[in-house]
Amino acid sequence: MHDIIKVMSLGKRFRDITAVDELSFTVNEGDVYGFLGQNGAGKSTTIRMLLTLIKPTHGHIEIFGLNLQSHRIEILKQVGAIIEKPDLYKYLSAYENLRLFAKLSGIKFLQKQLMRQLEMVGLQGREHDKVKTFSQGMKQRLGIAMSLVHDPKLIILDEPTNGLDPQGIADMRNLILHLSREMKKTIFVSSHLLNEIEHVATRVLIIDKGKKVIEGSSEELFDPSNTIVEIDSTNNFECLQLLQQSQWQQYLQPQRRHSVLLKMNRNQLPQLNKWLVENNVAVISFQPRYTLEDFFLQVTSGKQYVEAFTN
Amino acid sequence: MWKLLQIELYKIFNRPRTYIAFGAITALIAVIQLGLKADGEAYVDFIMSGLKDTFDFEGKILNGYLVCYVILQLLLVHVPLLISLIAADIISGEANMGTLRLLLTKPVSKTSFMLAKFFAASIYTFVLLLWIAVLALALSIFLFGTDDLIIQKTSYVVQITENDVFWRYVGAFCFAFLAMLTVTAVGFFLSIFAENSIGPIVATMSIIIVFTILSTMTIPVFQKIQPYLFTTHMVSWKEFFDEKVNDQNEVVKGSIQDPQKIIDSALILVLHIVILVFAGIFVFRKKDVLS
Repeated sequence: MHDIIKVMSLGKRFRDITAVDELSFTVNEGDVYGFLGQNGAGKSTTIRMLLTLIKPTHGHIEIFGLNLQSHRIEILKQVGAIIEKPDLYKYLSAYENLRLFAKLSGIKFLQKQLMRQLEMVGLQGREHDKVKTFSQGMKQRLGIAMSLVHDPKLIILDEPTNGLDPQGIADMRNLILHLSREMKKTIFVSSHLLNEIEHVATRVLIIDKGKKVIEGSSEELFDPSNTIVEIDSTNNFECLQLLQQSQWQQYLQPQRRHSVLLKMNRNQLPQLNKWLVENNVAVISFQPRYTLEDFFLQVTSGKQYVEAFTN
Repeated sequence: MWKLLQIELYKIFNRPRTYIAFGAITALIAVIQLGLKADGEAYVDFIMSGLKDTFDFEGKILNGYLVCYVILQLLLVHVPLLISLIAADIISGEANMGTLRLLLTKPVSKTSFMLAKFFAASIYTFVLLLWIAVLALALSIFLFGTDDLIIQKTSYVVQITENDVFWRYVGAFCFAFLAMLTVTAVGFFLSIFAENSIGPIVATMSIIIVFTILSTMTIPVFQKIQPYLFTTHMVSWKEFFDEKVNDQNEVVKGSIQDPQKIIDSALILVLHIVILVFAGIFVFRKKDVLS
């Protein structure tokens, strides 16, 4: 498997602020690489450095095995990108916008091909409408079409679901999966919304305050031995008392008002469930809660904010 | 580069804002022409009142050439303001719309991108000036006919024969294009530093207004800096309408009184353009795109 992106000791300072600090990571061919961090963690700055919009203060970036600074044009020919929300020429139609960016990408195209591209992102019938009449979701889809128009090998998406409604978010997730699985693209996608990355990413990098916190596959980051299960029953106090007097006592966690929390290996969950039924606990919900989001909050400073908020 | 230029021109001429300047120019010229058509003789009598006692004037003083001269004198001061609407918006407008970052993720060199932007703004300036020429010269000739051009300068009167006028207008418009291109370069340079177009447009207009005032004030301290202000040289198009006089005090037909002044002014304007464009490219290549 080839390295598509190789970032070494990347750093960026804006006067007294260090936006990115000694960041190193590698994206392999075929990866859907989730780039996670809170707002202000340095995700957009990193992406802008990958796209040569910002000059790094130090460090080195290679894309497709080429030095980004010296092979900028050669590299960008094979990269499609959306940075935050795609702002387009509002006074032009969807088709005109797409044609303009297709020309800029340096490809030869037919009207039919562009129309097909617009159809792929669900803009059929609106091709000749001015972009100023489009919703944010439609602009986002047009942005996707524009980033794909030259059939790039690498797609860089910076917060692609920003401003989208739930249907738009689901559509974006499906599109990322389609691009990765069917079209064999390498995708680098940043987000602060973890659940959307969790479902699509093959590898994940979490950054906080410009620094790498952890990098690994979703499976590696999802540690089944630390699964938190949240139980809600008709009488949580009675449920808690029963658990305190049982073999499950060792797994109990600091409690919340409206549920009972336990931390254990994922394999033990069926046994616990069975035990609750046998002891006549009327369970309303039984939710294993160890997701990437919990992990993310645990490893980033977000945890402090969440705790401060919930306390 | 050619492809980039085509794209830039496509964007400029598809924007409604582009046509504000054309609309404003058309309205202004139409108002002046209508006014002169309705009451032009009274206007000519007024400006020639001091001369009519000494000289006999024959033929049509109020002709297309004079109308065009009046229009240019009134209008060329204001055209920079209209040019800055496009030139000062050319980069900052893209930053404001968020399209700048999208454009720069495409495989185009930043230098070519900037040159295409400047050339596109220059073409816009040229088309605008061509439109002024069509309305101010061609339409005035159609409405008022032609005759000798009589212009009253500060201390003398210039009479240019009918068949010696047209080429002077061609020269004057070419020079005016160079002057307006300097304004384009100022707007283009300032537009790099902002992320919305209001700032650079106002800054360009302010520079033009302040420099024009400084260029015209006859206060000794300002007169020292006047040769270095581009606005001082922007009005040198008027030199095309001054004829040389020989030792016998006769007008040399087809001559210009001080061609060197035109050449010097043109060179100073070209120098301004080159410095501003290359400084703009240099700054832009170093700049982080944060919009």
